[in-house]
Amino acid sequence: MLITRRVEFSASHVCRNPQLSEEQNAALYGGDANLHGHGHNYVVEATLAGRPDPVTGMVFDLKRLKEILNAEVVDPMDHRFLNHEVPPFDRVIPTTENLAREIWRRLEAHFAAGPARLDAVRVYETEDLYVDYFGEAG
Amino acid sequence: MIQLTRRYRFSASHRLHTDRLSENQNRELYGKCSNPYGHGHDYLIHVCVRGPVGPVSGRVADVAALDGLVRDQVLAAFDHKNLNVEIPALVPTTENLAFEIRNRLQRRWAEIFPGAWPKLQKIRIAETRRNAFEITDEEE
Repeated sequence: MLITRRVEFSASHVCRNPQLSEEQNAALYGGDANLHGHGHNYVVEATLAGRPDPVTGMVFDLKRLKEILNAEVVDPMDHRFLNHEVPPFDRVIPTTENLAREIWRRLEAHFAAGPARLDAVRVYETEDLYVDYFGEAG
Repeated sequence: MIQLTRRYRFSASHRLHTDRLSENQNRELYGKCSNPYGHGHDYLIHVCVRGPVGPVSGRVADVAALDGLVRDQVLAAFDHKNLNVEIPALVPTTENLAFEIRNRLQRRWAEIFPGAWPKLQKIRIAETRRNAFEITDEEE
């Protein structure tokens, strides 16, 4: 069974690769490359896979999942400039793809011992653009 | 591997009707969707691509290039158009529309994305908020 919990955070970012020229950055990232950054209302959906526990009837305690998502994602990222305030985005370009991978990395360890495993991380940058990451194996 | 999905929209009219059935059979099969002058929907398309994250770009796909491909091959052809006129060979059910959109994107895919990645993974199209249709890249 899959269970999904959604959280939201608002943050600013800028997508520029210092190895590329101004023109190359503009061509690659469009408005995302504008020097002083801009923001989004990000939506993150974490999906867990597992079986309901015979005693509790739950795959995973959703209160606990909320706490993990708040501690790993919302608290450090909400109302922050990702490039300046949220490592590793001082070095890693905060594209939606890299954001999904980083959120996966932050969450994964919490589910290593079960009872549920992390199945997918979906990050919406806007309602018209989202990415899904299923870990290295996916 | 990572999947990136981009959502697009277009508004179009259509009428579900096939000459291979009688008037009565059309009416019975398609109901009000077969009304003679047609009707319209605001369609939403999700285009899902898959690939590794590029080491330089940090992206799976050049989103502007994907937008351009969808705009040129799909939105320009269908937005504010009559689907029966634009694709006369097909009954413009949402199922057929999903295949048509996928085929149009595949036809020019290698031109826009000449490398091994990204690949077109699936197309999802919603005719209204109450129905949606999804196909993978290879499905027939």
